[in-house]
Amino acid sequence: MTGQIKTLHEMLVQKQISCTELTHTYLAAIEKDNGKLNAYVKVTPDTALATAKTVDEKIAKGEPIGLLEGIPMTLKDNISTKDIETTCCSKILSGYVPIYDATVWTLLKEQNAVLLGKTNMDEFAMGSSCETSCFGGAANPHNTDHVAGGSSGGVASAVAGNLAVYGLGSDTGGSIRQPAAFCGCVGLKPTYGAVSRYGLIAYASSLDQIGPITTSVEDAAILFDAIAKKDDMDSTSSGAKEPVADRLSAGLEGVKIGVAKEYFDGIKPEIQTALEGAIKVYESLGAQIIPFSLPILKYALPVYYILACAEASSNLGRYDGIRYGYRTDSYNGIHDMICKTRSEGFGAEVKRRILLGTYVLSSGYYDAYYKKAQNLRGNIVSAFQNAFADCDVILAPTVPVTAFEKGFSAKDAVETYLTDICTVPVNIAGLPGISLPCGFDGQGLPIGMQLIGNTFGEAKVLNTAFAYEAAAKDVFKKAQTGVRF
Amino acid sequence: MKEYELVSGLETHVELSTKTKIFCSCTTQFGSEPNTHCCPICIGLPGTMPKLNRQAVRYAIKAGLATHCTINPIAKMDRKNYVYPDLPKAYQISQYDKPLCSNGYIELKNGRKIRILRIHIEEDAGKLVHERGDTFVDYNRGGVPLIEIVTEPDIRSIDEAIEYVEKLQLIMKYIGVSDVKMQEGSLRCDVNISVREKGSESFGTRTEIKNMNSFAFMQKAMEYEFERQVDLIENGEQVIQETRRFNTDTGETAPMRGKEDAHDYRYFREPDLVTIETSKEEIEEIRASLPELPEQKRQRYIETFGLSEVDADILIKYRKVAEFFDEAAKAVGNPKTVSNFIISQVFRTLPTDAEKEAFDVRITPQSLIELIGLLESKKINMNVAKSTLDKMLQTGKTPDQLIDKNDMGGVDANTLTAICQKVIETQSGAVQDYKNGKEAAFKALIGGVMKETRGKADPMQATEILKSLIG
Repeated sequence: MTGQIKTLHEMLVQKQISCTELTHTYLAAIEKDNGKLNAYVKVTPDTALATAKTVDEKIAKGEPIGLLEGIPMTLKDNISTKDIETTCCSKILSGYVPIYDATVWTLLKEQNAVLLGKTNMDEFAMGSSCETSCFGGAANPHNTDHVAGGSSGGVASAVAGNLAVYGLGSDTGGSIRQPAAFCGCVGLKPTYGAVSRYGLIAYASSLDQIGPITTSVEDAAILFDAIAKKDDMDSTSSGAKEPVADRLSAGLEGVKIGVAKEYFDGIKPEIQTALEGAIKVYESLGAQIIPFSLPILKYALPVYYILACAEASSNLGRYDGIRYGYRTDSYNGIHDMICKTRSEGFGAEVKRRILLGTYVLSSGYYDAYYKKAQNLRGNIVSAFQNAFADCDVILAPTVPVTAFEKGFSAKDAVETYLTDICTVPVNIAGLPGISLPCGFDGQGLPIGMQLIGNTFGEAKVLNTAFAYEAAAKDVFKKAQTGVRF
Repeated sequence: MKEYELVSGLETHVELSTKTKIFCSCTTQFGSEPNTHCCPICIGLPGTMPKLNRQAVRYAIKAGLATHCTINPIAKMDRKNYVYPDLPKAYQISQYDKPLCSNGYIELKNGRKIRILRIHIEEDAGKLVHERGDTFVDYNRGGVPLIEIVTEPDIRSIDEAIEYVEKLQLIMKYIGVSDVKMQEGSLRCDVNISVREKGSESFGTRTEIKNMNSFAFMQKAMEYEFERQVDLIENGEQVIQETRRFNTDTGETAPMRGKEDAHDYRYFREPDLVTIETSKEEIEEIRASLPELPEQKRQRYIETFGLSEVDADILIKYRKVAEFFDEAAKAVGNPKTVSNFIISQVFRTLPTDAEKEAFDVRITPQSLIELIGLLESKKINMNVAKSTLDKMLQTGKTPDQLIDKNDMGGVDANTLTAICQKVIETQSGAVQDYKNGKEAAFKALIGGVMKETRGKADPMQATEILKSLIG
């Protein structure tokens, strides 16, 4: 299936539409629909149109253009953009304008990607509904009474609602895959280290990874190739093993797909049914289904919340009102200024995680929480390594539920945490994972299927996803046309 | 009163003299306009990541090897979390449980080894500047690489503490990893002190005195703290484990912060950096690059060159002096002559420590070798050599340019006798005085001989001849 990027690229090259016209179309759509979706927290028409003009001039001169050149897109608001306010949707970063670009944005900017604006997210990427954003949550284009998911809810909402061709989000415990699943998009969380994190405002550094949200597997592969580069500025980055997009193939002969029963514990019946359908599709395509057990998954959530909060408590210490961002109005001395700034600048969910993280790292509790979680992390990594000795990819639900109704997460934080159960193991183990639509619930809300690969196994993951996409065109079509707002 | 013994361990921070900071490419230069050596990384802007400067790692390893440490092939960086305005990330990237170097020592003159527990690398913080009633932050120093050298509580006296720091300072200078200037803060010391009854094996409760930035203050602070703790114990009170600050005005130490806000640094592994691996080959390569260390040099000067301990100590104290000495000593018959010339004559032109340290002189090892060559081949005598050296130091000229052909060679016995005779005749007054018991008058006669021979005469020989002639 040809994705949007290649289709639009051909139109630009064939001069069926100019880049400026294309950009205007998207800016108009944002103008019209963003009030309902709240996907964008900042729109950047001037830079978008300036880039579009550059691309049009190149086309007019007959110069060749790259695949991503002139394609309108968006970035989650935790990806640093020079001269464009970047807030992580937190009051504490209000007014903060980076003086440098994140590496991923440098890579795309060099290709004249047309940045339409910055998209909504849970504050500092902490949340599963986008509703902890200081700008309010982003709505689900399939049903605006439901959330877009989180934390990269704005990107998913924009891409599903056709307010951007694609967007880059970040995934610490499912923040790309979960909103992609909720909004019927494709969301790829690459292997830890495949994509540079330089310029991504950190939530939990050992888990964070940038990746694309798109409407097709091919688009996700194109973006993966574009951003998975080894970066000197990020010591933990290693780039991709090989380019993927040109070699996408739907052939599944001999591919072994593992299905661990623990992933299906307690999921909604409609999701169970949709995934069983997907498994049948894979069988019909010649893949071999390997049932297995991954009992250690029961530790994944506590391990995730301990490690993520611990790192967050350290990463967010720098927001003190001294150098940039929000500062409280009145204070009595430096200590008071920092306390008040942080009390007023952070939202409740962020404060909760800073407190949790500070607690688990404190002397006296360190061994019982942080150290134990680190040890278990090692065990989870090994369990996945063992699993990949017997299969090529693992198939699982992305989320045990479909998009929450608005307000659900605020009512029950723990219940919301529990819905991260299927996505966090991938981050803990540093594996690549993709979410793609595989059906709809009774309300017409999309259901996501997750495919997990071994480290740097993006090619296998994307090929397996590509095969399903080709065989289930109607699901993908409905995911795009089911948008009803 | 019982007799008490001081027990002390030191934590010394040494700023490494790498060109760039430890996690970014900003310069480490000291003394520039505030906040001009900063970038998004060292001011900790959101989203930035550290990039480890390998040179800092190599310098730390060098310091470890020079202090007999084991170099750990696998090390890691950790975050030390605390809030202070000069620390822009609210954590310092340091090393907690896997430092680069461990288990070394520095040996003191009395033969005692002060064990080094560990040497780790970390980033320096910025600096608060209090001006015009406001407080400002200067982040120029933020991210400058430091090593922290932690000893075991092996130090038993203030003298030992000072000798340890001096030795450490000298080693760091020799291996060229730091300029270790206490007054500029490139060497800072935290002193842990406890006291116990002499002969006791157990340790008392210790206090830590932060940031000693001169030997004089260190001495005073330790004296004060020792007395304070002894008084407490004598009065039946308890020493409280705490961090104290030395007040340079009052000469007293006072608590810095109460126990209730004792820091919990919440150390954990820095996830933005990978494991620091150092191969055996690299360690050996660094070891091979080590220069001869001060202690080895001292040993060699005493054993091979026959210098006195005092002279050897003076020479090794200044790296450039020792290098100059070595260069000259290897090409002369008696290295002691070189040492004597440097210590008695050259140093007279370099009165301060800083000048000796810089050793900016107008002579070269080659010109000194030339001079000593003339002396040793008896072409000139000691007097001529000394006066020539003075001229060399003033003018930068070589002996060849300064010594007249007529000055060359000694004075043969017959000629010298004739000259002595002449002096006795012309200075009869002095001869008479000498005969009357005025010893000083003899000097005038020697002076006369020297003048006649343009300093070439051997004063000993002249004395003999004069005395025999006067009878």
